[in-house]
Amino acid sequence: MLLIHCPYCEEERPELEFRHAGEAHIARPENIAEIADEAFQRYFFIRANPKGVTFERWRHIHGCGRFFNAARDTVSDRFLMTYRVGEPKPDLRKIDRK
Amino acid sequence: MTQPFRLPTAGRLDAAGTVSFTFDGKAHAGLAGDTLASALLANGVHLVGRSFKYHRPRGILSAGAEEPNALVGIHRDPARKTPNVRATVQELYDGLAAVSQNRWPSLAFDVGALNDLGAPFFSAGFYYKTFMWPRAAWERLYEPVIRRAAGLGTAPDQPDPDRYSNRFAHCDVLVVGGGAAGLAAALAASEAGARVILADEQAEPGGSLRFEDGAFIDGKPGWEWAQQTAAQLAARDNVRLLTRTTGFGYYAQNMLGLVECLTDHLAAPDPEAPRERLWQVRAKRVVLATGAIERHMVFPDNDRPGIMLASAARAYLNHFGVAVGRRVAVYTADDSAYAAAIDLKEKGVEIAALVDLRPAPQGAHVDEARALGIEVLAGHAVTGTEGRLRVHRVNVAPVNGGAPRRIEADALVTSSGWTPAVHLFSQSRGKLAFNEATQRFLPGQYVQDAVSVGAGNGTTGLGEAIAEALQAGGKAAKEAGVSKARAKVPNLEAGSTERWSSGMAGAAPGAEAGRKAMAFVDFQNDVTAKDIRQAVQEGMRSIEHVKRFTTTGMATDQGKTSNLHALTIASEMLGKPIPEVGLTTFRPPYTPVTFGALVGHGRGALFEPTRRTPIHAWAEAHGAVFEDVGQWKRAWYFPSGGEDMHAAVARECRTVRQSAGIFDASTLGKIEVVGPDAARFMELMYTNPWQKLAVGRCRYGIMLREDGFIYDDGVVGRLAEDRFHVTTTTGGAPRVLHHMEDYLQTEFPDLKVWLTSTSEQWATIAVQGPKSRDIVAPLVEGIDLSDEAMPHMSVREGRVCGVPARLFRISFTGERGFEINVPADYGLSVWEAVWAEGGKHGACAYGTETMHVLRAEKGFIIVGQDTDGTVTPDDAGLAWAIGRKKTDFVGIRGLKRPDLTAPGRRQLVGLKTFDPKTVLEEGAQIVADPNQPVPMKMIGFVTSSYWSENCGRSIALALVENGSHRMGERLHVPMEDGAIEVEVVPTVFFDEKGERTNG
Amino acid sequence: MAEIARRMSALEGRAYEGPGIALTPDPPASRLSLRAPEASLSALSKALGLTLPDKPKTAAADGSRAALWLGPDEWLVIDEECADLAALCASVSALHSAVDISHRNTAILVTGERAEDVLGAGCPQDLSPTRFPVGAASRTVFGKAEIVLWRIGEEAFRIECWRSFSDYVFSLLEKAAREA
Repeated sequence: MLLIHCPYCEEERPELEFRHAGEAHIARPENIAEIADEAFQRYFFIRANPKGVTFERWRHIHGCGRFFNAARDTVSDRFLMTYRVGEPKPDLRKIDRK
Repeated sequence: MTQPFRLPTAGRLDAAGTVSFTFDGKAHAGLAGDTLASALLANGVHLVGRSFKYHRPRGILSAGAEEPNALVGIHRDPARKTPNVRATVQELYDGLAAVSQNRWPSLAFDVGALNDLGAPFFSAGFYYKTFMWPRAAWERLYEPVIRRAAGLGTAPDQPDPDRYSNRFAHCDVLVVGGGAAGLAAALAASEAGARVILADEQAEPGGSLRFEDGAFIDGKPGWEWAQQTAAQLAARDNVRLLTRTTGFGYYAQNMLGLVECLTDHLAAPDPEAPRERLWQVRAKRVVLATGAIERHMVFPDNDRPGIMLASAARAYLNHFGVAVGRRVAVYTADDSAYAAAIDLKEKGVEIAALVDLRPAPQGAHVDEARALGIEVLAGHAVTGTEGRLRVHRVNVAPVNGGAPRRIEADALVTSSGWTPAVHLFSQSRGKLAFNEATQRFLPGQYVQDAVSVGAGNGTTGLGEAIAEALQAGGKAAKEAGVSKARAKVPNLEAGSTERWSSGMAGAAPGAEAGRKAMAFVDFQNDVTAKDIRQAVQEGMRSIEHVKRFTTTGMATDQGKTSNLHALTIASEMLGKPIPEVGLTTFRPPYTPVTFGALVGHGRGALFEPTRRTPIHAWAEAHGAVFEDVGQWKRAWYFPSGGEDMHAAVARECRTVRQSAGIFDASTLGKIEVVGPDAARFMELMYTNPWQKLAVGRCRYGIMLREDGFIYDDGVVGRLAEDRFHVTTTTGGAPRVLHHMEDYLQTEFPDLKVWLTSTSEQWATIAVQGPKSRDIVAPLVEGIDLSDEAMPHMSVREGRVCGVPARLFRISFTGERGFEINVPADYGLSVWEAVWAEGGKHGACAYGTETMHVLRAEKGFIIVGQDTDGTVTPDDAGLAWAIGRKKTDFVGIRGLKRPDLTAPGRRQLVGLKTFDPKTVLEEGAQIVADPNQPVPMKMIGFVTSSYWSENCGRSIALALVENGSHRMGERLHVPMEDGAIEVEVVPTVFFDEKGERTNG
Repeated sequence: MAEIARRMSALEGRAYEGPGIALTPDPPASRLSLRAPEASLSALSKALGLTLPDKPKTAAADGSRAALWLGPDEWLVIDEECADLAALCASVSALHSAVDISHRNTAILVTGERAEDVLGAGCPQDLSPTRFPVGAASRTVFGKAEIVLWRIGEEAFRIECWRSFSDYVFSLLEKAAREA
């Protein structure tokens, strides 16, 4: 069981309190009703699923209830950092990948 | 009952503590404190099992957790039959009943031993090669036969009656292993003020001090120091000492799994007490003091009962007071086995010979052995052994040629060196490093906050190990951030006369390449040195392939005694150095863990929460049959007077439409949406328009996912401009709230609105039927129930039975209907009042089945039954619920996808069977032409199907391709006994004009 | 007019006491799920008569009333004397959402020197006094149920859980408590 740092509770909490919520930094288009099929496909269906550092959403569902973002290495299964919703995607070069 | 091999002058057990037990039905005596293995040996029993593949007689190899051979069944009672228990760790209790395994008809005469004669054919890869053809025979013949012949022990055929427990625990320093090093580390860490957990797999900590009689710590004999230190630690508030507890898994971020055995050593355990407890420990720092495991020698016929590890013979002698034989031979390639010979000799056991593979062993231990009159045969090898059920002769020859000798002996103890137990370190993803000088894998690079100490870290001297552990314990406390770290690391004087040298790994002379000898590497899986070589010859290059081809190291002992031997032999064959060949991966669990321990409390009633409504007790008292809906128990139907389900549901359905019915709808999900932007948020989450919904009115809402498919539905009431009472499906409540929170927090964070689950704040009582208003009216205060004041699809706040209530005028039956919401603790009392009023009007209580039938008669869908995540509002005939003028809602774009707007999609229709009495099966497939060849083209399926008492016939809903254009068409539902003809009809079967909501 | 409805708590009649541990369902209380932005806190605090805490994992208590921080804009307000909390907030014009959940939750008091140990049977958080001191409060899990855990004394915790989960939570607590 991992420990995950919740950026709202400001401490590490057991994984059992969290739920994964898919890839991060995919904004719903403002004019979603108008976009073309290809744009909708990119928005709704296509995910990066990289080997290595991935940016993903989590929710502290059995804690503060907040959604937040995380950078996690899918190879080592390490959380590199977590940050609040609305904060910019962190610069990969500045993340300590250990 | 005598114990002929128990020595009065040796061991620590109390001779007065006699305990009786049976092995294969034969009664024996042992002593309190014995393991099953030591008690068997005290009685001269070496033959305890048959090997897995060849059914060769096997004895006791070790005195600990690494035991590959001595696996027995422990039978407490018919439900408590534990197979594959290592006799070396099973503590003896009075009345213990053990049976041998893997033999028929008896241990001494086993028919399966014929496999041994066929051994030349059963070599590595035999199964893979032999049972390939004919293909069909695998399933019918080979697999059943092999399955019957294989396997270890027999599983009990009754449910496990024992209880198991779980604890999450947190500490500054977790010390795994309570030998000398572990105790010292725990001592130092706890003295520095750290919260310490010390886990040791034995009943009494002490580790190898159990047999190392030459050890002195702090001026005391090692074992005595260990017991005093353990007691001292246990008394400390900041230490939790867990004995009989094995650290079996090292997981991410310093979480370790430990299993504590609580009752397996007791003669009459308290049935309330858990048998085992799983500890999930999160430690800031971990000290691994897991010790080292002795390896056997790999030589021809090295598996006869009576052949065991030298350290095991010492443990049986020095701790249990048991001689493993009367005339014992020793075979070694290192120094430590000399102590076994010396200890045995000093206790009066005859040493037949000490065979040392090394040409010129030197040192005080050699001199001492010789001085005691032990014949040391340096530069000799054991080339074979004799004895059917127990070794009685050892064949010895000089390595460099010369006359062989046959030496009579009833036991042979061997040692080829010690393998550090790096299992947990490796599981922590730490990198092992091969030490060329000592030919061992040792902890190299750490990935987690851990440190290894003592023999597990390759530290061989007792004094060095204690010093290292004390330092490590103090440092771990400091690193864990313990403030009292001013504490000085304690100092302990320790010394030992024990001798250590690196020994050898791989095959000894007589088992070299080209020899046909049965020289076992892995006893439990019957893998010989020859098998490993054959695997390489047949093309296996990676140790992982060698392992899978031969199954070496894959038995329940995971090759604790054998892996380094196998690796060494493979590397010789491959012509590559050991570190290049590499080790196979260590995986949890270190020793077998019961499913019970992993499940913990989560069985029976605690498997998962069973949720009951406030009205549950009433339904139970009134004979309801319940169905599971998610975690909820819901009243399914209320049989009365011997009715079957069909009759009860028919009566309930009739009664609702004739007078009224009362239904517990408390499980419905409820979400309160509050804030100035509540209506805007609702517009985004549901397809419907909400801005203009008047306060006090309700609307049926449909929620989509972004892909355009129906996700949930429910009636929503507007309580105020800024407050909505949203209902969801029973099963959908948590995910709908999660879905709404997701959009609110991450896509529309500027909206001033909040969501609160009120599912359980309200008990919901539906009163449906022409008499519903008459029933409700006497209970309601402050709400005008006239059709003018409170029309269908409205909501009012007031009081019911004197308590605050939200009263909805809504209907899921098509009848006039109300849903009374009262605070949950009042639910039962209000229900009883409604029931009493209902009784005056001939109302019944009805369950979910009647609810389903009545809604189907009206063509109302149930999300998840009539939809499956690929159904759009249009498919479900609900296009009217989409706000056409809306420019955004979740799913608006998905609905425009080409596939979702294409003609011919599956659409929800009604089906009538031509024979009105035939009720279709839900899930049945629908075809246009029943006479087409198989596989037929399926054009749809039945989603809901019932007997409708009110229609006097069966009714069904189905999703059918282009269904809305097929009205009146005849379709077919092929079943095993012929196709059923159906007519496509509209989805509303009853009261097509919808007049009864005001009826 | 019909009789006034009787109140029946979900854990009616349940209690357990063993060596070092007692499990006691708490009598009915009024509860509010309070949601508000930071700007509204002083007005709401004033109306409720206690300062809404703004630090994670903390609670503020005053007499029979307490407010538990559950999230950055979420508090669980409890009044053991069943004061009408929603009415207190109704007068506040500052932006907020107040929803009565008095009956949604039920409370179990876990007291005694074994309280921490018994909670460890299902709660994965570190409940040692340094990490979860008196006054700490947090939503978390207990076994397979969600709970709110509030440490009300050195050896006393209050568990709040949803009504229909209370049987499971109580039963699991009792199972762990019986393993002395």
